[in-house]
Amino acid sequence: MEEQVSGYVADQQIPSRPAPASDRGIVHAVQKNLFATPVDSVLSIVFGAFAIWLAWSILSWAVFDATFVGGDRASCLTPEGGESEGACWAFVGAKFSQFMYGSYPIDLRWRPNLVGIVFVLLVAGFAIPKVPFKALNGWLLFAVFPVFALVLLTGAGFDVSGGFTAFLMLMAATAAYLLYGDDAGGLAAWPGRVAAIALIACFAGIVMSSLDTGTIRFAGITFTVWSLLACLSAILSVGAIALGMAQRAGVQIWRPVLPVIVATIVAVLLAEDYGLRPVSTNLWGGLMLTLIVAVTGIAASLPLGVLLALGRQSDMPAIRTVCVIFIEFWRGVPLITVLFMAAFMLPLLMPSGVTFNQLLRALVGVALFSAAYMAEVIRGGLQAIPRGQYEGAQSLGLSYWQSMRMIILPQALKLVIPGIVNTFIGLFKDTSLVYIIGLADLLGTVRRGFSDPNWITPSTAATGLVFAGFVFWLFCFGMSRYSLFVERRLDTGHKR
Amino acid sequence: MAINTDMAGGHAGSGSGGVLALLNDTRYRGIIAQIALIIALVALGWWLVHNTIENLRSANIASGFDFLDRRSGFEISQLPIIFSSESSYGRALLIGILNTLIVSAAGVVLATILGFLVGIGRLSTNYIIRGLSTVYVETFRNIPPLLVIMFWYFGVLAVLPRPAGAIALPFGSFLSNRGLQTPTALFQTGAWATGVALLAGIGAAVLLAWYARKRQLATGQRMKVLWPSVGLIVGLPVVVFILTGLPVEFEYPTATRFNLQGGFQIKPEFLALFLALSVYTGSFIAEIVRAGILSVSHGQTEAASAVGLRRGQILRHVVVPQAFRVIIPPLTSQYLNLTKNSSLGLAVGYPDLVAVGSTVLNQTGQSVEVVAIWMVVYLTISLTVSTFMNWFNRRVKLVER
Repeated sequence: MEEQVSGYVADQQIPSRPAPASDRGIVHAVQKNLFATPVDSVLSIVFGAFAIWLAWSILSWAVFDATFVGGDRASCLTPEGGESEGACWAFVGAKFSQFMYGSYPIDLRWRPNLVGIVFVLLVAGFAIPKVPFKALNGWLLFAVFPVFALVLLTGAGFDVSGGFTAFLMLMAATAAYLLYGDDAGGLAAWPGRVAAIALIACFAGIVMSSLDTGTIRFAGITFTVWSLLACLSAILSVGAIALGMAQRAGVQIWRPVLPVIVATIVAVLLAEDYGLRPVSTNLWGGLMLTLIVAVTGIAASLPLGVLLALGRQSDMPAIRTVCVIFIEFWRGVPLITVLFMAAFMLPLLMPSGVTFNQLLRALVGVALFSAAYMAEVIRGGLQAIPRGQYEGAQSLGLSYWQSMRMIILPQALKLVIPGIVNTFIGLFKDTSLVYIIGLADLLGTVRRGFSDPNWITPSTAATGLVFAGFVFWLFCFGMSRYSLFVERRLDTGHKR
Repeated sequence: MAINTDMAGGHAGSGSGGVLALLNDTRYRGIIAQIALIIALVALGWWLVHNTIENLRSANIASGFDFLDRRSGFEISQLPIIFSSESSYGRALLIGILNTLIVSAAGVVLATILGFLVGIGRLSTNYIIRGLSTVYVETFRNIPPLLVIMFWYFGVLAVLPRPAGAIALPFGSFLSNRGLQTPTALFQTGAWATGVALLAGIGAAVLLAWYARKRQLATGQRMKVLWPSVGLIVGLPVVVFILTGLPVEFEYPTATRFNLQGGFQIKPEFLALFLALSVYTGSFIAEIVRAGILSVSHGQTEAASAVGLRRGQILRHVVVPQAFRVIIPPLTSQYLNLTKNSSLGLAVGYPDLVAVGSTVLNQTGQSVEVVAIWMVVYLTISLTVSTFMNWFNRRVKLVER
């Protein structure tokens, strides 16, 4: 038995005492954070004075000396004919709808509004972690919404050719084959072989469809014999994969079929006449156009970026080299030269008779450009996955595409969500360049607005640009906060 | 063939012949996939070239680079080298390249200074400095550079007073809507001696640093290098300059009724582009610097103060060298971004490579050639800068066992 040495043992924690009086309160905080050393004091006073001056100048420009209402430039000038020093918000008020929609017909603006509301709802549902039905939401956002937006904004009733339909279906069937072909046994089993041969037949059909062999109209689409054959081959291909999957595991055989069904529906919906008044894309503009270019660019660049990143990581030298050259080329040149290239060279590269409208050309340029950046972001994610994951997938007997689909990409893409958002912020800012090749995006409409003789005052340009800057800032700042939020949510590391 | 079939494994054994057996062997499948890719790319390339040639022929546009020798017939506002409308397209494009390099180099310098100051400011314990730095970074990082360029050009510089009422700045400079007019120094005979003295001073300072380092490695004693070097680099030329009798004369701009005469004019296009690029890129560099400094683990600073280093020494010997390793790679890509963004000068009429090129493109219609020149020049700049920065990166990299 040990003898108790101390006579007193506290049976509860002693409450912590407050900090000494000299270490508390506003006075101490100010002293510590503003006037710790003489140099600090000088800096605080100088920069404090600067901050007050800056805030006062901005406030007096934007509020006290500003003009808020008025019908033309006269209201922004002082009565003596002198020049008002403040902002001319009346200009922004007068041009506001143009800054938002460009020249989109006024009576049809419910269409972009509706598209915008649906987009906000779907994105919110996708981005907020607590909202349920993520998979359904994803399908709506990535498969249904683009068609909905395209139909509503343009008015649809396109002259869809059979070749285009077949091309869409070929893309869908190729994706289905790469992702699910091995689930159907690959080339070792007859359904896989049939699927592969049907794919080649589909491609051949598209190449041959330029030959004129009489036309068949079906569901509003004009097919030639060859393009119809190509479409049927695509259906045959995914059908064979589904059959092969049914023979083997028999689970979720609808998955490979879905892309082709979506492609078919897209083509049919685009050809359909809904009685909507068509709106040509050269009337689109303002913030609406900025968002369209940015969202289309990012949506197109994601799958392309994934392919390029996988190619860059590939063991096959030819594929790797091609991907590296592609990525480094686009990353090495400024976007503006890419847009010029799209605007001036794309028409030259296509066979005579094929024309792109100006918006589509810009979109092609933006998509290729951002795909290269996206590829590098995704490559970062691929490299962050431990080697054991790749080896584990192999040891389960999964093929390359199976292991990518089921093991690697879901982890890698989740890791790089912040990077993807950052790329999107960059792309969103870069869309302002389309104004240089003649599209009227937000910055373009502002630029045109302040050249309007009705509104020329010394402060019009600054006011318009500050307004546009604020809109861009709101979007980019919001997205960067979201990216930070995701980063923190996914971060499981230990930080000091 | 027999060997191949064996390698192909179990599935293909069902008498399906050699080709399928090859397709089932991952190695051969890889080769076949690569050959197919190359064939597809060559076919695509051939198709595109074929279409282009057809289109050019039907549009009657010449091809080839002959147009570079032809008379350009346009004027360029900012000229680092002699140019007139009689000069060739090739020379016009050369001026474009030089202007791109000038504005990029100037922008890189200011952006780096701004970025380092603000990046350190964001980590300051001083409320005001930290607040101002944060506002600066969060504002300019989230606004398109093109908008910033246009803001400076149309919103600020264009509404400055006319030359007659120009704002007088210190050192006899004037700011007006025609840009910034600064005095020029006209060197007279004998000024070369100062230049030689400057070079000699730099050379001596390098030698001194080398000797001090060698001595420290040998004996462990540190020599004072900073002040002697400053004396050599600054003091020596100043002394020579005074001894040779101040051989320089300044030409100050003077306001006439409509314009400012004399001195050196910095055009508003350049100013707008230069300021916007520096301010925009500076905000990114600030974040890179902040991340670099934060990446140096706290234990390093604590260990350094435990061995008795002072605050300045900790920063100089422990934090900065380690932070630099983290800072350099993203800094390189910011420099390259700045260079690429200088092409936005087109929007305000700064005659850089893209602006001059687009004029040439509109006049000659030879879009393929002009776009090719753009791409080659920008890729060359990118590769050169990244090679240099990679070399620098290797110099400061951690040497591991």
